[in-house]
Amino acid sequence: MTNYWSMLFVFVLATFIGLGVIRRVSRLLYTPLMSLTNAISAIAVVGSLVVTGADYPRAIRILGAVALFASMTNIVSGFLITDRMLKMFKKQ
Amino acid sequence: MMQAIGQFAAIAATALFIFALNWMNDPKTARRGVFAGVAGMTVAVVATWIQPEIVHHGWILLAIAAGFVVGVPLSRVPLTAVPQRTALSHAFGGLAAGLVGVAEYHLWLGEGAEHITTFRMSALVVEVILGFLTFTGSLMAAGKLQEVRWIPQRPVTYPGQNVVNLGVLAAAAVIGVLLVLHPTAPWAGNALLAIVGLALVFGVFLIIPIGGADMPTVISILNSYAGLSAVAMGFVLNSMLLVTAGALDGSSGLILSIIMCRAMNRSFTNVLFGAFGTVKKAIASGEQKVWKQESPEGAAQLLEQAQSVVIIPGYGMAVAQAQHKVRELYDQLTKRGVTVKFAIHPVAGRMPGHMNVLLAEANIPYSALVEMDEINPEMPQCDVALVIGANDVVNPAARYAKDSPIYGMPIIDADKARTVLAIKRSKNPGFAGIDNELYVQDNTWMLFGDAKGVIGDLVKQFAGGGIH
Repeated sequence: MTNYWSMLFVFVLATFIGLGVIRRVSRLLYTPLMSLTNAISAIAVVGSLVVTGADYPRAIRILGAVALFASMTNIVSGFLITDRMLKMFKKQ
Repeated sequence: MMQAIGQFAAIAATALFIFALNWMNDPKTARRGVFAGVAGMTVAVVATWIQPEIVHHGWILLAIAAGFVVGVPLSRVPLTAVPQRTALSHAFGGLAAGLVGVAEYHLWLGEGAEHITTFRMSALVVEVILGFLTFTGSLMAAGKLQEVRWIPQRPVTYPGQNVVNLGVLAAAAVIGVLLVLHPTAPWAGNALLAIVGLALVFGVFLIIPIGGADMPTVISILNSYAGLSAVAMGFVLNSMLLVTAGALDGSSGLILSIIMCRAMNRSFTNVLFGAFGTVKKAIASGEQKVWKQESPEGAAQLLEQAQSVVIIPGYGMAVAQAQHKVRELYDQLTKRGVTVKFAIHPVAGRMPGHMNVLLAEANIPYSALVEMDEINPEMPQCDVALVIGANDVVNPAARYAKDSPIYGMPIIDADKARTVLAIKRSKNPGFAGIDNELYVQDNTWMLFGDAKGVIGDLVKQFAGGGIH
């Protein structure tokens, strides 16, 4: 029996931190915000990595590899395009 | 030891992600946020990769390389295509969650039924449903935004649609409950496949009735789903890092959805289950007024004589890729001492913040971009309101016409400016299929044509032509 309650606890707290932090994000930056959070939620990469790389049956590792590819695409394109957009915001 | 490294990395990555989002509160610090995000991601990936249970490195390298091959070009799309790219990345996020869910289930079966607790199994079912519905839903949204030929742009509706949609979701949920109760039954593998299939179908059905004007809200909701599917994956894999990062993404999508819904005076359920296009009643009541057309010369003269000009951009500016011409016009006007501001409606364009990014791309300083709530009190003092391809967000009918689908939606008070110039591609009504009385007001002059062409003509008037 693992710590399910503490995970739910962490989920609730993290959501409140998220709400607090995101509420303060500049309205100018909503598009880059979305690509940034998208790259961050591609943290699913760590799950895919284990499924792909551990000593599991081949069919399962194929599913993992596709998931790893999808997450990696999000990480790469998400961070790059966020930075590309943010570079464009100039005060004067 | 290795496990301690993993745990420490997860905490460090979470902190870095929170910093990343925190720095997005100001354009000056925002790029730091990207570096924090990249750092957090790198720490998490490396700490996972060095764990002793990872033995097949070739496959990992291959998948990561493929991710770069696809990801780098996806990050270089023109900024007008950013909504599609965003929708596509939500699809990838959902796909990853769904696939890992299916893989984990079969792993548990292989390792023995004692791994499958009710809690983990419920999380897995949620992960699979959310992941796969986000996958097809986002693909559909991306297809609509990209205007792929075989995906209808206009909302597709039919009688009983909501019953069908909810029926599909309910069927998936019922099978899910059975699966949680009997996770090792002989039919369980097929049941999971059925859930996958139903979730895929539901994602498609969910987006079919949704039109372009609702896209900012829908993309935000899908963003939230993608985050929540990562959270569910965290519960399945027992990973705090996935739970926290997914929760950050989920809450971001939630806040953006709320802001978008408020900006349209609609509720979530209304966006998802009350297709915009169905309300196309004939609103041609009263006498038909006619618009007055203005020439580029006349419009340029009006702009030149103004002291303050407020430009209201909409999706039409994005479609025509007119932002660089708008920048030239901005330069010409500011050079002549005219104060130029841009009024940004929260749902202008096809995703949250769409207009800001396009104007920033054209090097317009962000200090000239003003939110709706801030600009509206100034509109009566504005000499010329220049509407570029925006329609519903400046339609005064939103204030009083109770039978109008946009009734109650906050709008930019373009009609209160002394003079209104409106650039419009065609003489057809706007997205919601409603007439816009702004165009037939006494002080409104229309400029018909592609936004890029019309603004180009205006710029020519300033640069070489009639105005010095």
